[in-house]
Amino acid sequence: MATEILSGKVHVQTTINGEQVDFLAEPRESLLEVLRDHLGLTGAKEGCNNGNCGACNVVMDGALVNSCCVLSVEAAGASIETIEGVASPEGLHPLQQSFLENAALQCGVCTPGFIVAAKALLEENPNPTEYEVRWWLAGNLCRCTGYDKIVRAVLDAAERMRAEA
Amino acid sequence: MAIDTRVAPKIKHHDEEYKVIGTRPIRHDGLEKVTGEARYGSDINLPGQLHGKVLRSPHAHARILGIDASGAEALDGVSAVITSADLPDPGDKLTTGGEAPGLPVKFKSANMLARGKVHYHGHAVAAVAATNAHIAAEALKLIDVEYEVLDPVLEVWDAMKPDAPVIIEDLYTAKADGTTADEPSNVAAEMLYEVGDVDAGFAEADLVVDREFTFGVVHQGYIETHNATANWLKDGHLHVWCSSQGAFTIRQELADLLNHPITKIHVVPMEIGGGFGGKTTAYLEPLAALLSQQTGHPVKMAMDRADVLKATGPTPGGYVRVKMGVTNDGTIAAGYANLAFDAGGYPGSVVGAGCRCVFAPYNMTNAKVEGFDVVVNKPKTHAYRAPGATHAEFASETVVDEICRTLDIDPVEFRLKNSAKEGDWQLAMPPYPRIGHIECMEAARDSAQWQTPLETAPGKKRGRGIASGFWFNIGFTSSVIAKLNSDGSVTLLEGSTDIGGTRTSVAMQFAETLGIPVEDVDPIVADTDSVGQTDVTGGSRVTFATGLAAHNAANDMKEQIAEGLADLWDVAADAITHADGTFSANGNAASVREAAALLEEEGVFPIGKNTVTPTREGGAFAVHIADVEVDEETGKVEVLRYTAVQDAGVAIYPPYVEGQMQGGVVQGVGWALNEEYVYDDDGHLLNASLLDYRMPTALDVPNIETIIVEVPNPGHPYGVRGVGEVPIVPPPAAVANAIHDATGLRMSHLPMSPPRVQAALAAQA
Repeated sequence: MATEILSGKVHVQTTINGEQVDFLAEPRESLLEVLRDHLGLTGAKEGCNNGNCGACNVVMDGALVNSCCVLSVEAAGASIETIEGVASPEGLHPLQQSFLENAALQCGVCTPGFIVAAKALLEENPNPTEYEVRWWLAGNLCRCTGYDKIVRAVLDAAERMRAEA
Repeated sequence: MAIDTRVAPKIKHHDEEYKVIGTRPIRHDGLEKVTGEARYGSDINLPGQLHGKVLRSPHAHARILGIDASGAEALDGVSAVITSADLPDPGDKLTTGGEAPGLPVKFKSANMLARGKVHYHGHAVAAVAATNAHIAAEALKLIDVEYEVLDPVLEVWDAMKPDAPVIIEDLYTAKADGTTADEPSNVAAEMLYEVGDVDAGFAEADLVVDREFTFGVVHQGYIETHNATANWLKDGHLHVWCSSQGAFTIRQELADLLNHPITKIHVVPMEIGGGFGGKTTAYLEPLAALLSQQTGHPVKMAMDRADVLKATGPTPGGYVRVKMGVTNDGTIAAGYANLAFDAGGYPGSVVGAGCRCVFAPYNMTNAKVEGFDVVVNKPKTHAYRAPGATHAEFASETVVDEICRTLDIDPVEFRLKNSAKEGDWQLAMPPYPRIGHIECMEAARDSAQWQTPLETAPGKKRGRGIASGFWFNIGFTSSVIAKLNSDGSVTLLEGSTDIGGTRTSVAMQFAETLGIPVEDVDPIVADTDSVGQTDVTGGSRVTFATGLAAHNAANDMKEQIAEGLADLWDVAADAITHADGTFSANGNAASVREAAALLEEEGVFPIGKNTVTPTREGGAFAVHIADVEVDEETGKVEVLRYTAVQDAGVAIYPPYVEGQMQGGVVQGVGWALNEEYVYDDDGHLLNASLLDYRMPTALDVPNIETIIVEVPNPGHPYGVRGVGEVPIVPPPAAVANAIHDATGLRMSHLPMSPPRVQAALAAQA
């Protein structure tokens, strides 16, 4: 019986990257599954499905979250920002540009999570130290870069954003 | 301390100047990767697709007495259940292609889906296709498997005992002398390499250091889990989308495992979220294909992280003994090494590669190296970045450090004095070509870190270590097809999966040769129907071998352009010269763009192509320096400062060479200090999550200083040596030697995790 209850679909209304979105989801589905499999927003990645790697990072009502650990129905009424909403029609976000120029990605699968997480950091702390960047990004695993160029890219973007502000 | 490594020091041992090579363009595929638009394997969804899941063994070693899938088949939404009975019997067929050809297909097949026995905790037993992944997961619980649980054997030293349980009952050791053992055992293969007279060498030695080392199993730890989507059409055409290090290898394995003609198999390489050697073979692809064939729907499968850790191909644990003899003046007189590696549940570990590397940094005149490939009840192991070399050189570089300490010889001077150089003996290979170990050691000696005394702190145990590393690199086969477009741009099709910027490093070589800006080249990783044979992205081979194919394809295109212009200009094609991207003859001149426009009018569209199997890959050396602090209370070791020096041959795309060096270092530091599979006595893996299999985070490591040394590889037109793998080799030894410098402890097991260091400190006190 529990299975039937869990597999029954629920109508959820939410806001994603500024646009109102409606979807039907099973309560047992995570927000990550809904983003990827129902809404085609595949920028958030599944690396662990239990909150250890940060590859699925999105911002929900202003808080950085692992979307694999948020149930789909919890998105009701929330405002969600994903990697797909980071660039604007005018161009890339300074973090995205900085990641490119600093060679801060290799395979790229963790990159969306890092950019979403770093953006949340810089909104909270526009002038972080290297230690603060490393501390904040400790929830995002990257196996390719050794983090060096990622940390530099975030510090570089912070500097650019302060200059533009 | 802020250290700017953005433009790293580069030490050139050549006079070549290039226009494109050595510059820092933005990578061609970068935009899609920072916006989330890049399509990885799991990002594909096909109309009507089903989702597949795999049932895995809860036991490390057991006989399968029966499988009853009727409960699963009856569940609403379930379309098919498969077991090994659905896979063709491979008979005595051997594998072809891939990283390890010549292994029985029956082992690979049984690793896909267990046949009669399970060999490790997590071994695939059955697979299900259902309308969604949740239903598939529920269905797995309804499959009833009856097991007869057998005693597991987990470590090589136990598996090699005469009375050990034999895991594969018809496995007879392939001996080093070419004969086969009479009795079955867990030792799949023995190997033996010798040079000179090792006994005479040890007799001459004034000091002999003989040490044993052991290793836990470690995983490559790529962030993207394995995935595959297959669509088996009713006419037998099979389309597969996957994240693999080699689409052609997956195609070959599908053909071998499914007895299906290659011409009907089409593999599309999606973007790949890391591999490091762990994605060079199929796991899900054949299962998705079979499920698709049985259901008539496309089937998508993706592992979860626990599946990845339990049941893909981590790299071996095992045993290494290294014995080295030196004379009092610090000359190596002899070396002996004995390596026994976990193959895991089926034969085929990377022990041979470890044998090749164990003494590679040194000029060995008397050496003997023995290797053993040993089957144990753990997942079938696979390559991990310079496979086998890290184990082997952790052992030998620790012994070298002990020799230097004992004889009070500077570790840099010892290595310079004994370094391998051009013409010296190389295990199982022709003598060394031009190599750069001495140049790397000199650059390390002159580096900012080595020249700055270790910063001491009151009450803190700090130390500095240095270690060398070698990886031989691999050539294999690569193909490039380059099409000149009418605007002078070039669409470059290559078969090499791009794991970390190789689209650009390949395109840069093409651009250099044709004389066009790299931005005019659009590099595409093509599917198996669209480009020539290309082996896996592995062995640090893509920038070397696929780069060579690109260079050759650019020369082919140059010839075709010249032939086209020869008709227009009414000169002989060989009278046309090409310099700096301009073709000229008889007062006529045309840039590539101009030539493309002229040829278009004539209906001529050059396609440069090349397939190449180069064998002069040149070896790669690295020298690393680590400063560490050891917490006496907890045993935790922190890396304070780190410098990586490496011979890249010629660094085609320096920011990504640095990135490979930095990434390799951090993987090596994780291996050195923390990463390890933890098993209980029954062979259950206890830490199959990224919380418990703890890889380094940004907070665990400092910035990694890099120094690129360029000693060009004579086996490549631009001097390229592979760069991807060797940087993982020195870190464990560099860190171990630093721990010794800090504490006097000689650690003999990887990882040197806090509990082990703490116990060693306690024993010391």
